[in-house]
Amino acid sequence: MQPDASPEKDTAPETQMLDGKITFVTGSTRGIGWATAQLFAQHGAVVILNSRANQQLLDERVAELRSRFAATAIGFCADASETAAVKGCYAEIFKQFKRLDVLVNNAGIMQDSVLGMISEPLVDRSLAVNVKGPLFHLQEASRLMTRNKSGAIINVSSIIGSAGKEGQAVYSATKAALLGLTKSAAKELAPKGIRVNAVTPGLIQTELLRDLPEDKLAEALAGIRMGRAGQPEDVAKVILFLASDLASYVTGQVIGVDGGMIL
Amino acid sequence: MTGLDRLKAAFVQALGIPADGDFDTLAYAVTPGWDSVAHMNLVAEIENTFDIMFPTEDVIDMSSFAKAKEIVTKLGVDLSA
Repeated sequence: MQPDASPEKDTAPETQMLDGKITFVTGSTRGIGWATAQLFAQHGAVVILNSRANQQLLDERVAELRSRFAATAIGFCADASETAAVKGCYAEIFKQFKRLDVLVNNAGIMQDSVLGMISEPLVDRSLAVNVKGPLFHLQEASRLMTRNKSGAIINVSSIIGSAGKEGQAVYSATKAALLGLTKSAAKELAPKGIRVNAVTPGLIQTELLRDLPEDKLAEALAGIRMGRAGQPEDVAKVILFLASDLASYVTGQVIGVDGGMIL
Repeated sequence: MTGLDRLKAAFVQALGIPADGDFDTLAYAVTPGWDSVAHMNLVAEIENTFDIMFPTEDVIDMSSFAKAKEIVTKLGVDLSA
């Protein structure tokens, strides 16, 4: 898909925090990724969207960013667990833009299972999407960023990765791995001017939450000091901060976006 | 300045080696200063010099000056021009 832009913006924030920045948000057709993509576009960024397999929705999202924000936007359909596909994205980014300023490693899966029921395919798939994919995205992105000696990478982990939760051993292990990746990469890439940070969202109002039984949802909400589930935009705003120059001296940090959630 | 000269200049810049040295003996993890950190800087220097992007396999594979010549040629760089 080629870059394109439409002439009128329907929303123009006074401050364009990412004006002209080339940004790539993985898993960005829904939830936190989509909220982030919209906020980035609103703030003047060129936005590269990504979906695992839904080309039609991806095209619709790209068109929406172009029409609502006059943003330059393109989309890549690529599964984060397929290394060749991931690398192909960066070859295309280099071809089209020659640079990358921001990567948001958001794509991920959450499949619950109590310890006794964990299957090997579940582990393999979760590790591939939640750990291997982000690692190779980070590798490729940091190589493009190294050329300009600047960049920001934000890994979307989870409060489950830092606090753990019953029935989510696999998910928590993969999201904890992402925190280790964040801290190690931050140390390695700081001398190259590349910042790496993570956010750990709590209970966020996404499609995943809609599948939660009512009693489980009530139980979860009771453990949130702010008394409500977060919105994808709540997380997107923190990601925007970390992506922007406002966070120019912040790296290796993990920021909770959980409304004071207790696990 | 030919492509070969520019490749040599990238090595000089990234590894801090003398410009009049013997490039054919340069080797990763053997030549003093060519460690893993310098290697990534070297790759970035070569990529910027020729406006190319190495596939990761080639980043790992580039273990000598001779190998670097082979890789950039494969990526479309004419070292004689």
